[in-house]
Amino acid sequence: MSNPLDNVARRSGEWLRGAGPQQEIVISTRVRLARNVSGFFFLSRADADSRREIAETLSAAVQRARGLENLIHLDVEQLDELDRALLVERHLISRQHAEGAGARRVAFLPDESASIMINEEDHLRLQVIRCGLQLDECWEHVSRIDDALDERVEYAFHPQYGYLTACPTNVGTGLRVSVMLHLPALRLLNEIDKVIHIAKELKLAVRGLYGEGTEAQGDFFQVSNQITLGRSEEQIIEDFRTKAIPKIIEHEQNCRRTLLKTRLQALDDRIYRAVGTLQTARLMSSNEAMQLLSHVRMGIHTGRLRTVDLTTLNDLVLQTQQAHLQKLQGERLNGEQRSIVRAAYIRTRLGRRDEN
Amino acid sequence: MIGLCERCKRRQATFHQMVLLPSKSERHLCDQCALDEGLIAPAKPLPFSEVAEQVIAAAKVAGSQAQRVCENCGTSYMEFRNHGLLGCPHDYEAFKALLEPLLQRVQDNATQHQGKGPGADLAARRAPQAEIRQIQRQLAEAVSAEDYERAAALRDRLRELEER
Repeated sequence: MSNPLDNVARRSGEWLRGAGPQQEIVISTRVRLARNVSGFFFLSRADADSRREIAETLSAAVQRARGLENLIHLDVEQLDELDRALLVERHLISRQHAEGAGARRVAFLPDESASIMINEEDHLRLQVIRCGLQLDECWEHVSRIDDALDERVEYAFHPQYGYLTACPTNVGTGLRVSVMLHLPALRLLNEIDKVIHIAKELKLAVRGLYGEGTEAQGDFFQVSNQITLGRSEEQIIEDFRTKAIPKIIEHEQNCRRTLLKTRLQALDDRIYRAVGTLQTARLMSSNEAMQLLSHVRMGIHTGRLRTVDLTTLNDLVLQTQQAHLQKLQGERLNGEQRSIVRAAYIRTRLGRRDEN
Repeated sequence: MIGLCERCKRRQATFHQMVLLPSKSERHLCDQCALDEGLIAPAKPLPFSEVAEQVIAAAKVAGSQAQRVCENCGTSYMEFRNHGLLGCPHDYEAFKALLEPLLQRVQDNATQHQGKGPGADLAARRAPQAEIRQIQRQLAEAVSAEDYERAAALRDRLRELEER
Protein backbone atom coordinates (compact mmCIF):
# COMPACT_ATOMS: atom_id res chain seq x y z
CA MET A 1 0.00 0.00 0.00
CA SER A 2 1.39 3.37 -0.92
CA ASN A 3 1.81 5.96 1.76
CA PRO A 4 -0.72 8.75 1.21
CA LEU A 5 1.84 11.20 2.54
CA ASP A 6 4.55 10.44 -0.03
CA ASN A 7 3.23 12.97 -2.50
CA VAL A 8 2.01 15.50 0.02
CA ALA A 9 5.49 16.96 0.43
CA ARG A 10 5.70 17.88 -3.27
CA ARG A 11 3.24 20.74 -3.03
CA SER A 12 2.18 23.33 -0.50
CA GLY A 13 -1.13 23.25 1.30
CA GLU A 14 -3.85 25.58 0.05
CA TRP A 15 -3.19 27.94 2.95
CA LEU A 16 0.32 28.59 1.72
CA ARG A 17 -0.40 28.39 -1.99
CA GLY A 18 -3.18 30.82 -2.68
CA ALA A 19 -3.18 34.56 -2.62
CA GLY A 20 -4.96 35.80 0.47
CA PRO A 21 -5.99 39.25 1.67
CA GLN A 22 -3.06 41.24 3.14
CA GLN A 23 -0.72 38.46 2.01
CA GLU A 24 2.25 40.81 1.85
CA ILE A 25 2.24 40.75 5.65
CA VAL A 26 -0.24 38.13 6.80
CA ILE A 27 0.89 34.62 5.87
CA SER A 28 -2.07 32.73 7.22
CA THR A 29 -5.03 32.74 9.58
CA ARG A 30 -5.76 29.72 11.72
CA VAL A 31 -8.75 29.15 13.97
CA ARG A 32 -9.18 26.12 16.21
CA LEU A 33 -11.85 24.85 18.56
CA ALA A 34 -11.22 22.53 21.52
CA ARG A 35 -14.04 20.10 22.22
CA ASN A 36 -14.59 17.12 24.50
CA VAL A 37 -17.28 14.51 24.47
CA SER A 38 -19.35 13.96 27.59
CA GLY A 39 -19.38 10.50 29.10
CA PHE A 40 -15.61 10.06 28.78
CA PHE A 41 -12.78 11.19 31.03
CA PHE A 42 -10.39 13.79 29.67
CA LEU A 43 -7.30 12.21 28.15
CA SER A 44 -4.98 12.67 31.14
CA ARG A 45 -7.27 10.28 33.02
CA ALA A 46 -8.24 7.97 30.18
CA ASP A 47 -6.48 4.58 30.11
CA ALA A 48 -5.31 2.98 26.87
CA ASP A 49 -8.60 1.17 26.27
CA SER A 50 -10.68 4.21 26.87
CA ARG A 51 -8.42 6.30 24.61
CA ARG A 52 -8.97 3.75 21.89
CA GLU A 53 -12.72 3.83 22.44
CA ILE A 54 -12.75 7.63 22.21
CA ALA A 55 -10.66 7.49 19.02
CA GLU A 56 -12.99 4.90 17.45
CA THR A 57 -16.15 6.75 18.47
CA LEU A 58 -14.96 10.11 17.22
CA SER A 59 -13.42 8.76 14.05
CA ALA A 60 -16.78 7.14 13.19
CA ALA A 61 -18.62 10.35 14.08
CA VAL A 62 -16.36 12.39 11.80
CA GLN A 63 -16.87 9.92 8.94
CA ARG A 64 -20.63 10.19 9.23
CA ALA A 65 -20.83 13.92 9.84
CA ARG A 66 -22.61 16.09 7.31
CA GLY A 67 -20.22 17.73 4.87
CA LEU A 68 -17.14 15.87 6.11
CA GLU A 69 -17.35 12.94 3.70
CA ASN A 70 -14.17 13.56 1.76
CA LEU A 71 -11.68 13.91 4.61
CA ILE A 72 -8.42 11.96 4.53
CA HIS A 73 -8.20 9.88 7.72
CA LEU A 74 -4.85 8.90 9.23
CA ASP A 75 -4.05 6.87 12.31
CA VAL A 76 -1.34 9.02 13.87
CA GLU A 77 -0.38 6.23 16.27
CA GLN A 78 0.58 4.04 13.30
CA LEU A 79 2.52 6.70 11.38
CA ASP A 80 6.28 6.73 11.60
CA GLU A 81 8.12 9.66 13.10
CA LEU A 82 8.95 11.26 9.76
CA ASP A 83 5.35 11.28 8.57
CA ARG A 84 4.22 12.76 11.86
CA ALA A 85 6.87 15.48 11.58
CA LEU A 86 5.68 16.16 8.03
CA LEU A 87 2.13 16.71 9.29
CA VAL A 88 3.45 19.11 11.94
CA GLU A 89 5.37 21.13 9.36
CA ARG A 90 2.17 21.39 7.32
CA HIS A 91 0.22 22.51 10.43
CA LEU A 92 -2.14 19.55 10.05
CA ILE A 93 -1.31 18.30 13.54
CA SER A 94 0.37 19.93 16.53
CA ARG A 95 3.75 18.94 17.92
CA GLN A 96 1.97 17.63 20.97
CA HIS A 97 -0.17 15.37 18.78
CA ALA A 98 2.87 14.12 16.90
CA GLU A 99 4.88 13.40 20.00
CA GLY A 100 2.02 12.06 22.11
CA ALA A 101 1.30 8.45 22.92
CA GLY A 102 -1.64 6.10 22.56
CA ALA A 103 -4.59 6.04 20.19
CA ARG A 104 -4.86 9.27 18.25
CA ARG A 105 -6.02 10.24 14.79
CA VAL A 106 -6.22 13.06 12.32
CA ALA A 107 -8.66 13.73 9.50
CA PHE A 108 -8.13 16.56 7.04
CA LEU A 109 -9.50 18.01 3.83
CA PRO A 110 -7.53 17.11 0.70
CA ASP A 111 -6.65 20.80 0.22
CA GLU A 112 -5.42 20.81 3.85
CA SER A 113 -7.53 23.84 4.78
CA ALA A 114 -9.22 21.99 7.63
CA SER A 115 -8.10 19.28 10.01
CA ILE A 116 -9.58 17.44 12.95
CA MET A 117 -7.23 16.06 15.58
CA ILE A 118 -8.66 13.27 17.69
CA ASN A 119 -7.14 12.72 21.13
CA GLU A 120 -4.73 15.59 21.25
CA GLU A 121 -4.94 17.44 24.60
CA ASP A 122 -8.72 17.38 24.21
CA HIS A 123 -10.82 14.71 22.54
CA LEU A 124 -11.27 16.97 19.53
CA ARG A 125 -9.33 19.85 18.09
CA LEU A 126 -10.98 21.30 15.01
CA GLN A 127 -8.91 23.67 12.95
CA VAL A 128 -9.21 25.69 9.78
CA ILE A 129 -6.24 27.43 8.20
CA ARG A 130 -6.32 29.81 5.24
CA CYS A 131 -3.85 32.03 3.48
CA GLY A 132 -3.74 35.73 4.25
CA LEU A 133 -6.11 37.41 6.65
CA GLN A 134 -9.38 35.46 6.54
CA LEU A 135 -10.76 35.59 10.06
CA ASP A 136 -14.47 35.32 9.25
CA GLU A 137 -13.98 32.65 6.63
CA CYS A 138 -11.94 30.52 9.03
CA TRP A 139 -14.43 30.97 11.84
CA GLU A 140 -17.44 30.20 9.66
CA HIS A 141 -15.80 27.07 8.31
CA VAL A 142 -14.64 25.71 11.67
CA SER A 143 -18.02 26.53 13.20
CA ARG A 144 -19.73 24.53 10.43
CA ILE A 145 -17.49 21.54 11.15
CA ASP A 146 -18.31 22.00 14.84
CA ASP A 147 -22.06 22.01 14.08
CA ALA A 148 -21.78 18.91 11.93
CA LEU A 149 -20.02 17.02 14.73
CA ASP A 150 -22.45 18.40 17.30
CA GLU A 151 -25.16 16.42 15.48
CA ARG A 152 -23.16 13.23 15.98
CA VAL A 153 -21.71 13.46 19.50
CA GLU A 154 -22.65 15.08 22.78
CA TYR A 155 -20.15 17.74 23.72
CA ALA A 156 -19.12 18.35 27.33
CA PHE A 157 -20.74 21.73 27.92
CA HIS A 158 -21.49 23.67 31.09
CA PRO A 159 -24.03 26.53 31.18
CA GLN A 160 -21.60 28.73 33.10
CA TYR A 161 -18.21 27.60 31.82
CA GLY A 162 -19.14 26.79 28.22
CA TYR A 163 -17.24 24.04 26.40
CA LEU A 164 -15.26 22.12 29.01
CA THR A 165 -11.62 21.51 28.18
CA ALA A 166 -8.82 19.54 29.80
CA CYS A 167 -6.91 22.75 30.47
CA PRO A 168 -8.84 25.68 31.97
CA THR A 169 -6.96 28.07 29.68
CA ASN A 170 -9.17 26.85 26.81
CA VAL A 171 -12.52 26.66 28.59
CA GLY A 172 -15.51 28.63 27.32
CA THR A 173 -15.36 29.02 23.57
CA GLY A 174 -12.41 26.63 23.21
CA LEU A 175 -11.37 29.08 20.50
CA ARG A 176 -7.81 29.91 19.57
CA VAL A 177 -7.28 32.37 16.75
CA SER A 178 -3.72 32.54 15.41
CA VAL A 179 -2.57 34.95 12.76
CA MET A 180 0.84 34.32 11.25
CA LEU A 181 2.65 37.49 10.31
CA HIS A 182 5.79 38.26 8.37
CA LEU A 183 7.42 41.29 10.00
CA PRO A 184 10.92 41.67 8.53
CA ALA A 185 11.00 45.49 8.51
CA LEU A 186 9.92 45.79 12.13
CA ARG A 187 12.64 43.30 12.99
CA LEU A 188 15.30 45.10 10.94
CA LEU A 189 14.46 48.43 12.55
CA ASN A 190 14.34 46.83 15.98
CA GLU A 191 10.72 47.77 16.56
CA ILE A 192 9.24 44.35 17.21
CA ASP A 193 8.52 45.53 20.77
CA LYS A 194 5.67 47.56 19.29
CA VAL A 195 3.96 44.35 18.27
CA ILE A 196 4.53 42.78 21.66
CA HIS A 197 3.03 45.91 23.24
CA ILE A 198 -0.08 45.89 21.03
CA ALA A 199 -0.57 42.20 21.71
CA LYS A 200 -0.14 42.62 25.44
CA GLU A 201 -2.73 45.39 25.63
CA LEU A 202 -5.27 43.09 24.00
CA LYS A 203 -4.15 40.10 26.06
CA LEU A 204 -2.84 38.34 22.98
CA ALA A 205 0.27 36.17 22.88
CA VAL A 206 3.11 36.48 20.37
CA ARG A 207 4.87 33.25 19.47
CA GLY A 208 6.96 31.55 16.82
CA LEU A 209 5.99 29.65 13.70
CA TYR A 210 4.68 26.48 15.33
CA GLY A 211 2.79 27.96 18.26
CA GLU A 212 3.29 27.32 21.92
CA GLY A 213 6.88 27.08 23.05
CA THR A 214 8.44 27.90 19.70
CA GLU A 215 10.66 30.82 18.89
CA ALA A 216 10.18 33.26 16.09
CA GLN A 217 12.16 32.12 13.05
CA GLY A 218 12.99 34.26 10.08
CA ASP A 219 10.77 37.16 11.12
CA PHE A 220 7.63 35.02 11.22
CA PHE A 221 5.44 35.67 14.23
CA GLN A 222 2.19 34.18 15.38
CA VAL A 223 -0.31 36.31 17.31
CA SER A 224 -3.03 34.44 19.18
CA ASN A 225 -5.68 35.04 21.81
CA GLN A 226 -5.27 33.77 25.35
CA ILE A 227 -8.67 34.57 26.79
CA THR A 228 -11.33 32.01 25.88
CA LEU A 229 -13.96 32.62 28.56
CA GLY A 230 -16.36 35.52 28.94
CA ARG A 231 -16.04 36.73 25.36
CA SER A 232 -17.96 35.40 22.39
CA GLU A 233 -16.20 34.01 19.33
CA GLU A 234 -17.21 37.11 17.38
CA GLN A 235 -15.79 39.42 20.05
CA ILE A 236 -12.50 37.54 20.11
CA ILE A 237 -12.25 37.71 16.31
CA GLU A 238 -13.31 41.36 16.30
CA ASP A 239 -10.26 42.27 18.40
CA PHE A 240 -8.01 40.76 15.74
CA ARG A 241 -9.92 42.31 12.84
CA THR A 242 -10.31 45.84 14.12
CA LYS A 243 -7.55 46.29 16.68
CA ALA A 244 -4.52 44.01 16.69
CA ILE A 245 -3.90 43.10 13.06
CA PRO A 246 -4.55 46.49 11.40
CA LYS A 247 -2.19 48.16 13.90
CA ILE A 248 0.56 45.61 13.38
CA ILE A 249 0.18 45.82 9.60
CA GLU A 250 0.39 49.60 9.78
CA HIS A 251 3.60 49.48 11.82
CA GLU A 252 5.20 46.99 9.45
CA GLN A 253 4.18 49.04 6.43
CA ASN A 254 5.59 52.20 8.01
CA CYS A 255 8.87 50.43 8.64
CA ARG A 256 8.94 49.12 5.07
CA ARG A 257 8.36 52.67 3.80
CA THR A 258 11.14 53.97 6.05
CA LEU A 259 13.52 51.36 4.70
CA LEU A 260 12.57 52.17 1.09
CA LYS A 261 12.90 55.90 1.64
CA THR A 262 15.94 56.21 3.86
CA ARG A 263 17.84 52.95 3.70
CA LEU A 264 17.30 51.61 0.23
CA GLN A 265 20.89 50.43 -0.24
CA ALA A 266 20.84 48.56 3.06
CA LEU A 267 17.47 47.01 2.18
CA ASP A 268 18.61 45.91 -1.29
CA ASP A 269 21.81 44.60 0.22
CA ARG A 270 19.85 42.33 2.56
CA ILE A 271 17.57 41.12 -0.20
CA TYR A 272 20.25 40.43 -2.79
CA ARG A 273 22.70 38.90 -0.34
CA ALA A 274 19.90 36.54 0.62
CA VAL A 275 19.21 35.64 -3.01
CA GLY A 276 22.91 35.20 -3.68
CA THR A 277 23.48 33.00 -0.68
CA LEU A 278 20.43 30.86 -1.43
CA GLN A 279 21.56 30.42 -5.05
CA THR A 280 25.11 29.47 -4.23
CA ALA A 281 25.47 28.04 -0.71
CA ARG A 282 26.57 24.44 -0.29
CA LEU A 283 25.49 23.97 3.32
CA MET A 284 22.31 25.50 4.68
CA SER A 285 20.79 25.08 8.12
CA SER A 286 17.04 25.39 8.45
CA ASN A 287 17.38 28.53 10.58
CA GLU A 288 19.58 30.22 8.00
CA ALA A 289 17.25 29.18 5.19
CA MET A 290 14.27 30.61 7.05
CA GLN A 291 16.02 33.93 7.64
CA LEU A 292 17.19 34.24 4.04
CA LEU A 293 13.81 33.24 2.62
CA SER A 294 12.29 35.87 4.87
CA HIS A 295 14.50 38.53 3.28
CA VAL A 296 13.61 37.28 -0.18
CA ARG A 297 9.92 37.53 0.71
CA MET A 298 10.52 41.09 1.87
CA GLY A 299 12.19 41.74 -1.49
CA ILE A 300 9.17 40.45 -3.38
CA HIS A 301 6.68 42.47 -1.33
CA THR A 302 8.64 45.73 -1.42
CA GLY A 303 8.90 45.41 -5.17
CA ARG A 304 12.71 45.33 -5.02
CA LEU A 305 12.99 41.75 -6.29
CA ARG A 306 11.18 40.50 -9.38
CA THR A 307 13.13 37.38 -10.27
CA VAL A 308 11.62 35.11 -7.61
CA ASP A 309 7.91 34.39 -7.56
CA LEU A 310 5.89 34.04 -4.38
CA THR A 311 4.79 30.46 -5.11
CA THR A 312 8.38 29.24 -5.30
CA LEU A 313 9.20 31.12 -2.14
CA ASN A 314 6.21 29.65 -0.25
CA ASP A 315 7.11 26.16 -1.43
CA LEU A 316 10.66 26.63 -0.20
CA VAL A 317 9.59 27.86 3.24
CA LEU A 318 7.81 24.55 3.71
CA GLN A 319 10.02 22.20 1.74
CA THR A 320 13.30 23.20 3.33
CA GLN A 321 12.06 22.04 6.73
CA GLN A 322 13.57 18.79 7.79
CA ALA A 323 10.72 16.32 7.40
CA HIS A 324 9.80 17.71 3.98
CA LEU A 325 13.39 17.56 2.86
CA GLN A 326 13.74 13.92 3.85
CA LYS A 327 10.41 13.06 2.30
CA LEU A 328 11.41 14.71 -0.99
CA GLN A 329 14.77 12.99 -0.91
CA GLY A 330 13.11 9.68 -0.12
CA GLU A 331 15.53 8.81 2.66
CA ARG A 332 16.50 9.56 6.24
CA LEU A 333 19.16 12.21 6.58
CA ASN A 334 21.28 13.37 9.49
CA GLY A 335 21.85 17.03 10.26
CA GLU A 336 24.80 17.54 7.95
CA GLN A 337 23.23 15.59 5.10
CA ARG A 338 20.14 17.74 5.49
CA SER A 339 22.25 20.89 5.19
CA ILE A 340 23.74 19.62 1.94
CA VAL A 341 20.41 18.49 0.49
CA ARG A 342 18.66 21.67 1.60
CA ALA A 343 21.27 23.87 -0.07
CA ALA A 344 21.13 21.80 -3.26
CA TYR A 345 17.34 21.81 -3.38
CA ILE A 346 17.18 25.58 -2.95
CA ARG A 347 19.78 26.06 -5.70
CA THR A 348 17.71 24.02 -8.16
CA ARG A 349 14.50 25.86 -7.27
CA LEU A 350 16.09 29.29 -7.52
CA GLY A 351 17.64 28.53 -10.86
CA ARG A 352 21.43 28.72 -10.80
CA ARG A 353 21.97 25.32 -12.33
CA ASP A 354 25.14 26.54 -14.08
CA GLU A 355 27.17 26.09 -10.93
CA ASN A 356 25.84 22.75 -9.79
CA MET B 1 4.09 61.58 72.30
CA ILE B 2 6.62 61.05 75.01
CA GLY B 3 5.70 61.77 78.60
CA LEU B 4 4.80 60.27 81.93
CA CYS B 5 1.51 58.65 82.76
CA GLU B 6 -0.84 61.40 83.96
CA ARG B 7 -2.38 59.05 86.57
CA CYS B 8 0.59 57.40 88.35
CA LYS B 9 3.10 59.97 87.13
CA ARG B 10 5.79 57.27 87.35
CA ARG B 11 5.69 55.15 84.25
CA GLN B 12 5.98 56.06 80.62
CA ALA B 13 2.61 56.86 79.07
CA THR B 14 1.91 54.36 76.33
CA PHE B 15 -1.83 54.72 76.00
CA HIS B 16 -3.04 57.89 74.32
CA GLN B 17 -6.67 58.74 73.86
CA MET B 18 -8.24 61.81 72.38
CA VAL B 19 -11.96 62.33 72.86
CA LEU B 20 -13.49 64.92 70.57
CA LEU B 21 -17.12 64.86 71.66
CA PRO B 22 -18.96 66.16 73.62
CA SER B 23 -15.88 68.24 74.34
CA LYS B 24 -12.25 67.77 73.42
CA SER B 25 -10.17 65.96 76.02
CA GLU B 26 -6.98 63.90 76.06
CA ARG B 27 -5.76 60.99 78.18
CA HIS B 28 -2.11 59.81 78.40
CA LEU B 29 -1.68 56.74 80.57
CA CYS B 30 0.72 53.90 81.16
CA ASP B 31 -0.39 50.36 80.35
CA GLN B 32 -1.08 49.50 83.97
CA CYS B 33 -3.27 52.55 84.64
CA ALA B 34 -5.11 52.14 81.35
CA LEU B 35 -5.81 48.56 82.35
CA ASP B 36 -6.96 49.67 85.82
CA GLU B 37 -9.38 52.12 84.25
CA GLY B 38 -10.72 49.44 81.96
CA LEU B 39 -9.60 51.30 78.84
CA ILE B 40 -7.72 48.31 77.45
CA ALA B 41 -8.37 44.59 77.74
CA PRO B 42 -5.84 42.47 79.60
CA ALA B 43 -3.47 40.83 77.11
CA LYS B 44 -4.22 37.17 77.07
CA PRO B 45 -1.01 35.25 76.53
CA LEU B 46 -1.57 32.74 73.71
CA PRO B 47 0.02 29.46 74.64
CA PHE B 48 2.21 27.96 71.93
CA SER B 49 0.02 24.88 71.69
CA GLU B 50 -2.95 27.07 70.83
CA VAL B 51 -1.00 28.89 68.10
CA ALA B 52 0.12 25.59 66.68
CA GLU B 53 -3.42 24.31 66.77
CA GLN B 54 -4.66 27.27 64.80
CA VAL B 55 -1.92 26.88 62.19
CA ILE B 56 -2.68 23.20 61.82
CA ALA B 57 -6.40 23.86 61.49
CA ALA B 58 -5.78 26.41 58.71
CA ALA B 59 -3.46 24.01 56.90
CA LYS B 60 -6.06 21.28 57.23
CA VAL B 61 -8.70 23.43 55.55
CA ALA B 62 -6.32 24.27 52.70
CA GLY B 63 -5.12 20.69 52.59
CA SER B 64 -8.59 19.21 52.54
CA GLN B 65 -9.42 21.49 49.60
CA ALA B 66 -6.24 20.54 47.76
CA GLN B 67 -6.80 16.89 48.67
CA ARG B 68 -10.27 17.10 47.19
CA VAL B 69 -10.81 14.27 44.79
CA CYS B 70 -13.33 14.31 41.98
CA GLU B 71 -15.92 11.64 42.71
CA ASN B 72 -16.29 10.96 38.99
CA CYS B 73 -12.72 10.42 37.79
CA GLY B 74 -10.62 10.23 40.96
CA THR B 75 -8.33 13.12 40.03
CA SER B 76 -7.23 15.20 43.02
CA TYR B 77 -6.88 18.96 42.89
CA MET B 78 -3.15 18.56 43.67
CA GLU B 79 -2.75 16.34 40.62
CA PHE B 80 -4.38 19.01 38.50
CA ARG B 81 -2.09 21.69 39.96
CA ASN B 82 0.95 19.54 39.26
CA HIS B 83 0.09 18.66 35.66
CA GLY B 84 -2.18 21.47 34.55
CA LEU B 85 -4.79 19.14 33.12
CA LEU B 86 -8.16 18.18 34.55
CA GLY B 87 -9.35 14.59 34.64
CA CYS B 88 -12.94 14.87 33.46
CA PRO B 89 -15.67 17.43 32.72
CA HIS B 90 -17.06 16.99 36.24
CA ASP B 91 -13.83 18.41 37.73
CA TYR B 92 -15.18 21.87 36.95
CA GLU B 93 -17.94 21.21 39.51
CA ALA B 94 -15.88 19.13 41.94
CA PHE B 95 -13.14 21.78 42.20
CA LYS B 96 -15.39 24.79 41.62
CA ALA B 97 -14.27 26.72 44.72
CA LEU B 98 -10.60 26.19 43.92
CA LEU B 99 -10.89 26.65 40.17
CA GLU B 100 -12.79 29.92 40.15
CA PRO B 101 -9.93 32.11 41.41
CA LEU B 102 -7.59 30.37 38.98
CA LEU B 103 -10.04 30.83 36.11
CA GLN B 104 -10.38 34.51 36.94
CA ARG B 105 -6.62 34.85 36.85
CA VAL B 106 -6.07 33.16 33.51
CA GLN B 107 -9.30 34.34 31.88
CA ASP B 108 -9.14 38.05 32.67
CA ASN B 109 -11.69 37.80 35.51
CA ALA B 110 -14.34 36.13 33.40
CA THR B 111 -16.44 33.36 34.92
CA GLN B 112 -19.37 33.19 32.50
CA HIS B 113 -19.27 31.72 29.01
CA GLN B 114 -20.38 33.92 26.13
CA GLY B 115 -20.80 32.60 22.63
CA LYS B 116 -22.04 29.50 20.94
CA GLY B 117 -23.22 26.36 22.62
CA PRO B 118 -24.27 22.93 21.44
CA GLY B 119 -27.72 22.03 20.22
CA ALA B 120 -30.38 23.68 18.13
CA ASP B 121 -31.89 25.79 20.92
CA LEU B 122 -28.60 27.55 21.51
CA ALA B 123 -27.92 27.83 17.81
CA ALA B 124 -31.15 29.76 17.37
CA ARG B 125 -30.02 32.24 19.99
CA ARG B 126 -26.78 32.82 18.17
CA ALA B 127 -26.43 36.11 16.37
CA PRO B 128 -25.98 35.43 12.66
CA GLN B 129 -23.34 38.18 12.49
CA ALA B 130 -20.73 36.14 10.71
CA GLU B 131 -23.17 35.05 8.03
CA ILE B 132 -24.44 38.61 7.62
CA ARG B 133 -20.90 39.87 7.07
CA GLN B 134 -20.18 37.13 4.60
CA ILE B 135 -23.33 37.90 2.59
CA GLN B 136 -22.53 41.61 2.65
CA ARG B 137 -19.18 40.81 1.10
CA GLN B 138 -20.67 38.46 -1.49
CA LEU B 139 -23.26 41.10 -2.30
CA ALA B 140 -20.59 43.72 -2.91
CA GLU B 141 -18.75 41.26 -5.16
CA ALA B 142 -21.91 40.41 -7.08
CA VAL B 143 -22.68 44.10 -7.61
CA SER B 144 -19.18 44.88 -8.83
CA ALA B 145 -19.37 41.85 -11.13
CA GLU B 146 -22.74 43.19 -12.35
CA ASP B 147 -24.38 39.89 -11.46
CA TYR B 148 -27.68 41.48 -10.48
CA GLU B 149 -29.65 38.26 -10.26
CA ARG B 150 -27.28 36.92 -7.62
CA ALA B 151 -27.17 40.31 -5.91
CA ALA B 152 -30.96 40.34 -5.60
CA ALA B 153 -30.98 36.85 -4.09
CA LEU B 154 -28.26 37.84 -1.62
CA ARG B 155 -30.10 41.03 -0.71
CA ASP B 156 -33.24 39.01 0.12
CA ARG B 157 -31.24 36.60 2.26
CA LEU B 158 -29.62 39.52 4.05
CA ARG B 159 -33.00 41.11 4.77
CA GLU B 160 -34.24 37.79 6.12
CA LEU B 161 -31.25 37.46 8.46
CA GLU B 162 -31.43 41.02 9.67
CA GLU B 163 -35.12 40.69 10.54
CA ARG B 164 -34.47 37.60 12.65
